[in-house]
Amino acid sequence: MVPFGGWDMPVQYSGILEEHRAVRGSAGLFDISHMGEIEFRGPEALGAVQRLVTGDASRLQRGQVQYAALCYDNGTFVDDLTVYKVADNHYMFTVNASNIEKDYHWIKEHVTGGVEVRNISDETALLALQGPKAPEILRKLTPVDLSQIRYYWFQPGRVLDTDALISRTGYTGEDGFEIYLSAEKAESLWQRLLAEGRPFGLLPVGLGARDTLRLEAKMALYGNDIDDAHTVLEADLGWIVKFEKGDFIGRAALQQQQAAGLTRKLVGFEMVGRGIARPHYKVVADGQEIGEVTSGGPSPTLGKNIGLAYVGIAHATIGTEFDILIRGEPVRAKIVPVPFYKRKR
Amino acid sequence: MDVPEGLKYTREHEWIKMEGNTGRVGITHYAQDQLGDVVFVELPKKGRQLRQMESFGVVESVKAVSDLYCPVGGEIVEVNSELERKPEMVNADPYGAGWMLEVKITQAKDLDNLLSASEYSAYLKQAGGGH
Repeated sequence: MVPFGGWDMPVQYSGILEEHRAVRGSAGLFDISHMGEIEFRGPEALGAVQRLVTGDASRLQRGQVQYAALCYDNGTFVDDLTVYKVADNHYMFTVNASNIEKDYHWIKEHVTGGVEVRNISDETALLALQGPKAPEILRKLTPVDLSQIRYYWFQPGRVLDTDALISRTGYTGEDGFEIYLSAEKAESLWQRLLAEGRPFGLLPVGLGARDTLRLEAKMALYGNDIDDAHTVLEADLGWIVKFEKGDFIGRAALQQQQAAGLTRKLVGFEMVGRGIARPHYKVVADGQEIGEVTSGGPSPTLGKNIGLAYVGIAHATIGTEFDILIRGEPVRAKIVPVPFYKRKR
Repeated sequence: MDVPEGLKYTREHEWIKMEGNTGRVGITHYAQDQLGDVVFVELPKKGRQLRQMESFGVVESVKAVSDLYCPVGGEIVEVNSELERKPEMVNADPYGAGWMLEVKITQAKDLDNLLSASEYSAYLKQAGGGH
């Protein structure tokens, strides 16, 4: 067990590679109750959300989810999160565990009247059931017609003996669900999902495989790939920034940066030479330091060593080669298209 | 945890098995268990001279990079290049096919600084590694 954002979390249950393959091939179950949930209620809820996040929440229908960034004025990240439209005048953010307090205070500071903001993290548990067999497994425990829930949509409904939100989202690059429920019901659902899933090859999955899975899918990890030192545009997440929706915190800085052009960008690379890139390793080209690795490791699915790095914009196009300094030695790497892994639909 | 008799151990969880003046070196069952799936091993070239407990390479699991230390001083006379292609042998057979290098010992007294099997087992228990 390792400390993670104030929680004791298992890095692995049976083994990172085995857990990773279970999620790609059948299913895996994650206890991600450490994640935070902050809800907005009231007539001004939409206005408050619109002011806080980069995405256009006005386009969300009831039951729809959106990935977005919570920005500082300078366009860097307070956090990345998902926005849920639960009902008219009722939204929910799902935020990173390590940022719950920071986010909550930031939000409270920046919302005005007409909206009640509540941190419901402690009473809310979250289990993620991920992998191609996830629908078949979950179907045994809920009357909800899962085929009616599309990717990045959710639905309230009964799961086992409790009310839950069933969200077709995840952090693995696979099909699957994230199930929000009250904390005291989480353990019994965990046990039942494990039991129902066992014949399908489902395994419990720890933080280690969560990281290798999300990296293959090129999903950003706050604290590694995104932080308060890099903007949303530099993180190559321009697609979550909707300038046309109107003002939001960070908009002016991001617009200015877009007009001026980026000087660095987050890119995905694979190792050409023998070695594994790790966070904070330096990236060099022609003897010059051009960047730094933010995430890196083996890709169990691809059988390659992959990673993400911020590099100078002159070295940020697909196909570009550079070196990564591994224990002082330059080892060749090449920029490749991301995501590294894309599931077959 | 498997701690075979007849081998000598370091507190950094390497083992050495002496035959004449040459010793074969690897990491212990406990070490590979703590690391988890080994995905990369970097070993030195033959002919290199090492001091006792000098770092000779690294072993990498999915999540972590760990240094490897040579239990005795001497010259590297063989390396297990199979581990380049099959690093998982370190997990599967840490005292056998997962061996890492062979070193020709310079001073036999280096062995006196190492732990016996029973001492290493006691050390693991004390470190809370007896699970």
